[in-house]
Amino acid sequence: MQHIRKTFPGVVALDNVSFELRKGEVHVLLGENGAGKSTLMKILSGAYQKSEGEILIDGQEVDIRSPRDAQGLGISIIYQELNLVPHLSAAANIFLGREPLRYGSLLDRKTMNREARQILGGLGIDVDVRRAVSDLSIAQQQMVEVAKAISLDSKILIMDEPTSALTEREIKELFSRIRKLKAAGVSIIYISHRMEELFEIGDRVTVLRDGKNVGSHELSEITTPDLIRLMVNRELTNQFPKIRASQGGEVLKVEDLNRKGILHNISFSLHRGEVLGIAGLLGSGRTELARALFGADNIDSGKIYFKGKLQPARSPRSAINSGIGFLTEDRKKQGLVLALSVRENVCLPSVDKFSKYGIVNAAEENNAAAKYIKELRIKTPSLNQKVTYLSGGNQQKVVLSKWLCCQADVLIFDEPTRGIDVGSKAEIYELMNQLTASGVGVIMISSELPELLGMSDRILVMHQGRISGEFTSEEATQEKILHSALGG
Amino acid sequence: MKTRYLLQVYGRQFGTLFGLIALSIVLWILTPHFMTVSNLLNVAQQTAIVAIIAAGMTFVIITAGIDLSVGSVLAFSGVVMATLLLGGLPLGLALLSGVGTGLFCGLINGLLISVGRLPPFIATLGMMSVARGAALVFTEGRPVSGFSDSFRQIAVGEVLRIPAPVVIMLAVYLIAHFVLTRTKLGRYTYAIGGNEEAAILSGVNVRLYRTLVYGLCGGLSGLAAIILTARLNSAQPIAGIMYELDAIAAVVIGGTSLIGGEGTVFGTLIGALIMGVLRNGLTLLGVSSFVQQIVIGSVIIVAVLFDMAWKTNRK
Repeated sequence: MQHIRKTFPGVVALDNVSFELRKGEVHVLLGENGAGKSTLMKILSGAYQKSEGEILIDGQEVDIRSPRDAQGLGISIIYQELNLVPHLSAAANIFLGREPLRYGSLLDRKTMNREARQILGGLGIDVDVRRAVSDLSIAQQQMVEVAKAISLDSKILIMDEPTSALTEREIKELFSRIRKLKAAGVSIIYISHRMEELFEIGDRVTVLRDGKNVGSHELSEITTPDLIRLMVNRELTNQFPKIRASQGGEVLKVEDLNRKGILHNISFSLHRGEVLGIAGLLGSGRTELARALFGADNIDSGKIYFKGKLQPARSPRSAINSGIGFLTEDRKKQGLVLALSVRENVCLPSVDKFSKYGIVNAAEENNAAAKYIKELRIKTPSLNQKVTYLSGGNQQKVVLSKWLCCQADVLIFDEPTRGIDVGSKAEIYELMNQLTASGVGVIMISSELPELLGMSDRILVMHQGRISGEFTSEEATQEKILHSALGG
Repeated sequence: MKTRYLLQVYGRQFGTLFGLIALSIVLWILTPHFMTVSNLLNVAQQTAIVAIIAAGMTFVIITAGIDLSVGSVLAFSGVVMATLLLGGLPLGLALLSGVGTGLFCGLINGLLISVGRLPPFIATLGMMSVARGAALVFTEGRPVSGFSDSFRQIAVGEVLRIPAPVVIMLAVYLIAHFVLTRTKLGRYTYAIGGNEEAAILSGVNVRLYRTLVYGLCGGLSGLAAIILTARLNSAQPIAGIMYELDAIAAVVIGGTSLIGGEGTVFGTLIGALIMGVLRNGLTLLGVSSFVQQIVIGSVIIVAVLFDMAWKTNRK
């Protein structure tokens, strides 16, 4: 790809970016959110059109105008949010759009299943190809996508944050499959924010910053601090700038919370100024606990006291009114209304504050939104920009602003830094420090143990809907947490 | 900055407006009678009824819903009001009963959808049949007619030489625009259609506001029923058949997405006017009503094709 330029209304997303991929290599694409990685890959895979520049494959200039063109050229992309039809079987998904036929019109299910089994078998994956993909685990679904790419004879495979939803073991398996593909001559572009992974799987790395290519390097010749410096153009001295706030009174207390089959006998308390980390594997009930506290899901029994008072009503509205905020794990699906502006999103939960007799005072809203854009350094051309045009890190800051604007006393962060670059991560951690310093109690659910260990004052571990361990930050170690999370 | 913002938000509406102007110029050239004050007022008057319904439909469609019952609700509201009026109810109360009947039907739609969790298509399809049947039962299938002159003023009266229905229509659109852009109800309408889950988790009482939106659409159908009854000097239990499709077409031509989360009422007004102008122009040109249907259907399709091209282009 040479001299690629892409502009959106009001923004230059890519500015004269050149990028070279060799045969059979794993090339890591690195950069903060909004640096232009996704845009560049969407151009290569045909989802976006470039404004300027050229793309060459094996020295030949090619014209990619649609995802179909890209597929025809052997380019496949596996998005972070997987693109499968949930109710169709694994085999049907692999062959979607080019199903083998009998008599020119009837589906040849046998051939389809057989070939699907072959491809998946070749990857060393054991799944029933006739099962609907919605019944498969995320890791298995991802493998179905990989199988689909292979069946398309892809020469170039783009993987966008493939490990963000995988467990350690699944990641190991994914990597061994990536190595197989590499050996077969497939070139892989690998986007990830997890530094430790890059060195394990990558051959070369290209760093993007503010829509420009700031350098390509052999991964064997570069170190993590170098990469971070390239990405953010400043030294990050401490990954987790934890400042311990003085703890105040109990702000939240949970007694014997139960939800059938999901949460069992959960009791704990949270103090003002405290960061309470919650660890646990996927499916351990962490997010469900957060949703129950927030009133988004029903509970069967148990009591929730907020500032010493029993919470009677159970709805997000009542939780918000009493001062609880919830930063959801999936900001696009649950956190933001993408078609609304930054201002409207920031003020959505607190619109009552800005309205009288149901009429919204636009000037007050503007002031509030402007304040948070400034304080949180949200990069947006205006208050009225639709959030869909913002980068992931900036979207996350908009979600955070929503709850700051409500002046919540308890904030629940569910995977606050997932899919966010190191620069924005540090900013989010610093905000947590400011919040605890002002007496807010923070609950932080995270799959990243270093983050939990680095930022929490106390860590609860969940296993199968129960609290299976509790550690102070002094006594907690990765091993102890993992042991509890596995039910030990 | 300001103009760019306006263009970003209303650019699509400028496109529709341009279409309306271009259409008018063509008709002006083809038939001199088109561009006369009396004819244009006539078009506006004929458009008013569907346009008022379409304003409510815009809210419903922005929440990613649909209301198929508006035509039947109009008929039912009309006969209820007419019967009460002839039965001696004071004019003001009778008018309220018309709007109230529509509001009531709309709220039932809303409750079925938000509390009963029925898909909007099904709930309002059912209401379409129920309200029509209710109108027929209520009147035993006969029209209700013979009103006082004061009631008829709603259709034939004028304010500053502008026909009353047009004045009512403009008032409805100004208020609807204000509600959609400046009030909590409007904000939540967009939020529910844009991302229901995020709206719930932001504390929006989605059930309540969705119900209100369908109530609003029903209430506006009731208002449209009053005007239609006054104009025809008769409330017909079979009035308003196919109005739902005209209203939906006006909304869609006006650039509101059926997926929800986006749209403006002024777009809808222009959409309704395009359909009105087209009907009027074709009639003036002597095109048969059979051919008119073909032309209008094609315009709807072409308008939406343009709309999609416009939206893809911005990506």
